[in-house]
Amino acid sequence: MHTELHNEKRLLSGDEAVARGAWEAGLKVAAAYPGTPSTEILETLATFPDVDAQWSVNEKVAYEVAYGAAIGGARALTACKHVGLNVAMDPLMTSAYTGINAGLVVVVADDPGLHSSQNEQDTRWVGLYGKLPILEPSDPAEALEFTKLAFELSEQFDTPVLLRLTTRVAHSKQDVSVGVRVAGPHKAFRVEATKYVMVPRNAGPRHAVVEARLLKLRECAEQSPLNRVELRDRRLGFVTSGVSYLYVREMFPEASVLKLGFSYPFCDEKIRAFAAQVQELVVVEELDPFIETHLLALGLKLRAKHPSFQIGELRPEFIPAIVRGEEKQAKPFPARKPVLCPGCAHRAVFTVLRDLKLVVAGDIGCYTLGAAPPLASVHTCLCMGSGFTIHEGFRRAHVHGDRVVGVVGDSTFVHSGITGLINAVYNRVKGVLLILDNGTTAMTGAQHHPATGKTIREEPTQKLVLEDLCRACGADHVDVVDAMDTGAFRRTLEQRLQDDALSVIIARSPCWQLVRTRNAPPDFRREQCQQCYECLEIDCPALTKVEDGMIQIDPARCTGCNLCVDRCAYEALLPIREEPDADSCPGTCG
Amino acid sequence: METRTHNILFCGVGGQGVLKAAEICGLAALRAGLHVRKAEVHGMSQRGGSVESHLRFGAEVFAPLIPAGQVDFIVSFDRTEGEKFRDVLKPGGVHFNRYLPLLRRHGIDPRFENTFLLGVLSRFLPLSREIWLAALAQGFVRAPEENRRIFLLGAETDLGDGT
Repeated sequence: MHTELHNEKRLLSGDEAVARGAWEAGLKVAAAYPGTPSTEILETLATFPDVDAQWSVNEKVAYEVAYGAAIGGARALTACKHVGLNVAMDPLMTSAYTGINAGLVVVVADDPGLHSSQNEQDTRWVGLYGKLPILEPSDPAEALEFTKLAFELSEQFDTPVLLRLTTRVAHSKQDVSVGVRVAGPHKAFRVEATKYVMVPRNAGPRHAVVEARLLKLRECAEQSPLNRVELRDRRLGFVTSGVSYLYVREMFPEASVLKLGFSYPFCDEKIRAFAAQVQELVVVEELDPFIETHLLALGLKLRAKHPSFQIGELRPEFIPAIVRGEEKQAKPFPARKPVLCPGCAHRAVFTVLRDLKLVVAGDIGCYTLGAAPPLASVHTCLCMGSGFTIHEGFRRAHVHGDRVVGVVGDSTFVHSGITGLINAVYNRVKGVLLILDNGTTAMTGAQHHPATGKTIREEPTQKLVLEDLCRACGADHVDVVDAMDTGAFRRTLEQRLQDDALSVIIARSPCWQLVRTRNAPPDFRREQCQQCYECLEIDCPALTKVEDGMIQIDPARCTGCNLCVDRCAYEALLPIREEPDADSCPGTCG
Repeated sequence: METRTHNILFCGVGGQGVLKAAEICGLAALRAGLHVRKAEVHGMSQRGGSVESHLRFGAEVFAPLIPAGQVDFIVSFDRTEGEKFRDVLKPGGVHFNRYLPLLRRHGIDPRFENTFLLGVLSRFLPLSREIWLAALAQGFVRAPEENRRIFLLGAETDLGDGT
């Protein structure tokens, strides 16, 4: 599958290029939890038979597995999105103290513009905060190259290295020259408590090692060709990094540029020298004023973006306004809102939660889409695993009584929802917790997790049985219901809301994208329709109101789930019963 | 081979095959030995939401996103989605909303709309038929004959606008 041709050109995404670069660098162990826009890194690594790749339970677990592999002697990598790194911050911060043994590369993909995220945090601050070096590629070709360099840097300085991507690097594609795999190091673990056992007596001296290492890394950054001075017209000199570099080159091809590829610690001397060679210094960076703050601390006179550009991603056409110091004027293109797929079982659950007028503590996954009107039945979304714990907080606030439920998905429950369940049991909270079990990590594109019983390579493994786990945690009742059976689900939910108990209801039905079962669309009888539009309240993309006020069913999108039929009180929508037919999709869509 | 940069914006709704079309066009440009950049987002927006992919190729390309006002072609799969990008089209650029009626006229199955629109696009780009067909075969593993047939239909049908 992976040919050994050197310099063969391929069209690779930034994620695929990171995977390829890591493989070429002799990577042995890779672990991650899915998270847009980083997911494809592990998906690609899993296609290399000589890499031990896994979907981990969460990012903290992934980080520790990769760290263990690195100090255990093999090159290792973990990858996550920006908010995923928050979950792994505990091991990350102290791994800066212990250092590694064989190389450890921590790939983190930020999401400026919030294409698929709950916040817009800028991970470069983690370099400053954690005292770790950052490499920041501008495109897929650099992503491949920088990944290889990151392993060398990691071993040279005995430190984890942050490889920071953004959506426009991770999910852009480019012609990339690929190379061959080298054998990675094979470095036996040496028992060295002062290095690897971080008790206060050992960690104090290791902090000194961290500070000394940071000074050496600064010297390295000064010399690094990744921090590149491009002198052209000297009237304007840009300091920039990541994809912003390409926007600057696009819009000001004649200007001078200092491109920071090794972007932390800063190469102060190189920056000062560059500043002295240009008439006007302009900093262009996405999100936070990371470079700007440092250059101002150096006492340099510069022009930086108006604070309005800290919100959202940059685009090439923004650069002239940034140079002029103007406020951001661009209006975003109106985007069609994402919706649950036709046939999605989450829709069935949310119609019931809405009908019962419950306050719903939600979580992160496809089911977060239930927050949008007209479903409007997810009322919080904070972070992974928070559905159950926020539910507990609502209960303890005693304002909404028992009309509150907590909702998490199956993958999210295993990721970090389970601790909330154990906490609720231990601290004797009552209530109803829902696990929306569609048998996959759906939002990121259907990845396996412990409760699917398959590994990242589709190999069978021990399957985590969610109902057994919930019972073992001590829930008073654990019901498993068919999520598409709204009647049964509603009856179970109403019963459990009345019980003086802590109940878990697992609403189970496979993700439609996995099964693609189609039945005939329901029959619409115009003469029966009273134009109450109750059917539209389920927010199904296959169902629309047309110009004459009637309902139209798009037969190409309708899956025949008949959820709309249940909503119609006038028999204007009637099911057509027939044997289900597996979708004959030729796989031509993207 | 001309070396100027070609800028194509593919847009539509999740599930229409927008990203696949951009991928195949990118593979064709790669086969022609050109420098290629392509930008899109995956994830939440694909759940029936707006989907757009920027494709740029030429001798040297910098930004993965096409600067506003420099788009040569808007390959729209959906009229409304295509309309909202009209302002970023460069003067004299081609907007595929005008070709969307052809899909109905030829009775194109929604699953093959992307193939047909690629066929139409191929008429405007300096990439050979051989290169296109090779990229198509690389991009569509399934139903290769049907994809080839529909691509050629798009590449050869009367567009009705003298093009």
